[in-house]
Amino acid sequence: MSSVATPAPTPRRRRRTRLQRRQTRLAWLLLLPALAAVAFVAIYPLGKTVYQSFTDQEFLAGVSPTKWVGLHNYFGASGIWHDADFRHSIVVTIKFTLITVSFEFVLGLIIALVVNSSFRGRGAMRAVMLVPWAIPTVVAAQMWKWMLDDTFGVVSDLGKKAHILSRSNAPSWLADHPLMSVSAVDIWKTTPFVALLLLAGLQVIPTDLYEAAAVDGANKLHQFWRITLPLLVPAILVTLIFRTLDALRVFDVFYVFFGNRPDTQTMAIYDQSTIVGDGLVGYGAALSVAIFLVISLFVVIYVTVMRVGDQA
Amino acid sequence: MWRGVHSGPGLKKGRINVKHRALLVVAGLVGAATLIVSLSVAAAGTSRPTAHAAPAKSAAIAPPKVPNAAAIKAKYHGQKITFVGDSVGGLHARDLALAKRFQKDTGIKVNVVPHPAASDASFAQLARNFSSKSSAFDVMMVDVVWPGAFAPYLVNLKPKLGKAAKAHVAGIIQNDTIGGKLVAMPWFGDYGILYYRSDLLKKYGYSAPPKTWTQLFAMAKKIQDGEKKSNDNFSGFVFQGNAYEGLTCDALEWIASAGGGHIIDNGKVTIDNKNARTILDAMRAQIGKITPKNVTTFQEDQTANGFVSGNAAFARNWPYMYSIAAGADSKVKGKFNVSVLPHGAKGGSVGTVGGWQLAVSKYSKHKDAAIEFVRYATSAGVERYNAIAYSLVPTRTAVAKDKAVVKTNPYLKPAIASVPRVTRPAKFLKGKYNAGSKVIYQGVNEILQGQSASRVLPSIKSKLQRLLR
Repeated sequence: MSSVATPAPTPRRRRRTRLQRRQTRLAWLLLLPALAAVAFVAIYPLGKTVYQSFTDQEFLAGVSPTKWVGLHNYFGASGIWHDADFRHSIVVTIKFTLITVSFEFVLGLIIALVVNSSFRGRGAMRAVMLVPWAIPTVVAAQMWKWMLDDTFGVVSDLGKKAHILSRSNAPSWLADHPLMSVSAVDIWKTTPFVALLLLAGLQVIPTDLYEAAAVDGANKLHQFWRITLPLLVPAILVTLIFRTLDALRVFDVFYVFFGNRPDTQTMAIYDQSTIVGDGLVGYGAALSVAIFLVISLFVVIYVTVMRVGDQA
Repeated sequence: MWRGVHSGPGLKKGRINVKHRALLVVAGLVGAATLIVSLSVAAAGTSRPTAHAAPAKSAAIAPPKVPNAAAIKAKYHGQKITFVGDSVGGLHARDLALAKRFQKDTGIKVNVVPHPAASDASFAQLARNFSSKSSAFDVMMVDVVWPGAFAPYLVNLKPKLGKAAKAHVAGIIQNDTIGGKLVAMPWFGDYGILYYRSDLLKKYGYSAPPKTWTQLFAMAKKIQDGEKKSNDNFSGFVFQGNAYEGLTCDALEWIASAGGGHIIDNGKVTIDNKNARTILDAMRAQIGKITPKNVTTFQEDQTANGFVSGNAAFARNWPYMYSIAAGADSKVKGKFNVSVLPHGAKGGSVGTVGGWQLAVSKYSKHKDAAIEFVRYATSAGVERYNAIAYSLVPTRTAVAKDKAVVKTNPYLKPAIASVPRVTRPAKFLKGKYNAGSKVIYQGVNEILQGQSASRVLPSIKSKLQRLLR
């Protein structure tokens, strides 16, 4: 932030007119409600979480009073640094993120390109593709959980009827392939969102570029690699950042599918069950801070990539 | 390079805007359509788990009158209380019926809120409520393992209900008395029992239910192999294998019945022993063989669905399932029976103590009216009604011996009801019980998913030891 704003030389400020000063004051006055709101909804809870992470606060506080424990939640004998379950949850979350974001991006790009070309019924197509995204995640997840049930589920039933799955030894989607089934649901649900963002990016590419390219004899594939993709890069980056951050804090699909099942705990599920289930508010707050750091790491990577791209 | 693009198509702005408007209109329409779709899905969703829920007998027998109603009405008429009640099986409907009757007789309005079906989730809900000193809940269902953790937040019922408490099983009253205060009133008891298909046992040449786990595995395999020919969905044995409180109960039964102790004995963690390893590994070997593969995601309701729909030969569940399996909608009506759970090579049959109490929140604004509701709900009349209509184990000794009650609930016969009861390690873990139980059920769930017990048990042990410190 500081590198962007060049420090204003002090003498200049003194030479400001009264009008300028009045306007500055008015600007601060108008900004005040927004700043207060941000402080109340963002800075206060964030600060409180960081503060709590240095305490041993528990839910049923009447049982034992809260103490300041310093970095014990982070580096103590039973701290996050030594918490194998948390490490495992990071691995699960990152695996899920890599699988879903890459599939969603490729599928979303294909869909966006299709609905961006003009054909009859394009409006209807754009409407239909949004349906999965508009269903609340918890509802969609419960629906899929029943569809993937190996005894009563429609997926196994159709598979058996079509003789794709064996009758006697059909796979149990949720038990045998937990990460795959949960990723499939997320991909089904979120691909439309990715397609929508990329479609917005496609629509600002001026059509005369394609006309010029066609006149110069570039075929469709050339046009895609040389015009569409480079001009879509900002939209792609925004989309990837959105989706990655979203996927890293995934909670709902996993919670509906697996509850507290140990081998499929994401970072958010582990944190939630620590705070709400075990009542360990202090340790949970420390976990929240750790999750925040993990996610920031990805933001830093993306922003760096963006800046490098920008300079090129 | 990209900035140029953004400033580039200025001329085309108007056209783009129109495009976006069309997109917005379409998105709005889709939003409305999906709202309808999702709402109908949600509505369909809520109806499924209760498919087998309403037992037929509940219609025939109604909640009893409130004793001494006139005096209560005179004092507390018009007050409003909120009751956090049951959600498993058809018990929410029972709560509504009780509340309606109570309101009619006393003029106290009872708002019934079902708690989460998984007991550990329900614990979390109450813990949040108490730690925020909320007066939103007046009366709540309290699991048999919670009084120690919640005692500071509950009203001492001894002054008003101490006399009535003497009619209940002494052991449960002792469990609900913390530091000399009666913080909860026993409502119904629970212990794990084995449900079996008597018709199928006969069909495959067995004259009695299995005595040991090994026998159960063998019988389940033979019956499943035979029945699979006509029913793809048939499996030998179903139980609560999901990673939640119910698995702690099931695992305690397996381990204790195999001579492997009670997870924590005399304040020492004992779960990592040879007998416990043997029985847990034996259970793991049965997953997908005589159980559905996804038994590791089953809670009580899924267990009941499997057995009551005729898709399982054996089931481990609480007594509440009896009235559902014997109900009009059941496919196994008249074809099943109950017994004590099997045991391992070195132990004897046991049943995990479950059961629920009613308690009144310290932060309630209508404590007296709330206590009157507890008095009614735990009265002999209601316990009898609970037992006959919903097969819930009475906590009043007199009701448990009532002839009509025993007739509809064969698990109350001495041969089954006198099985040694084992308790979850709540008295050692106290306020950390929920965290400790999570360690247990997550570890056992990992074993059922394919880990070997000798790898998982040491980690359960060290985590529990940390909580005990």
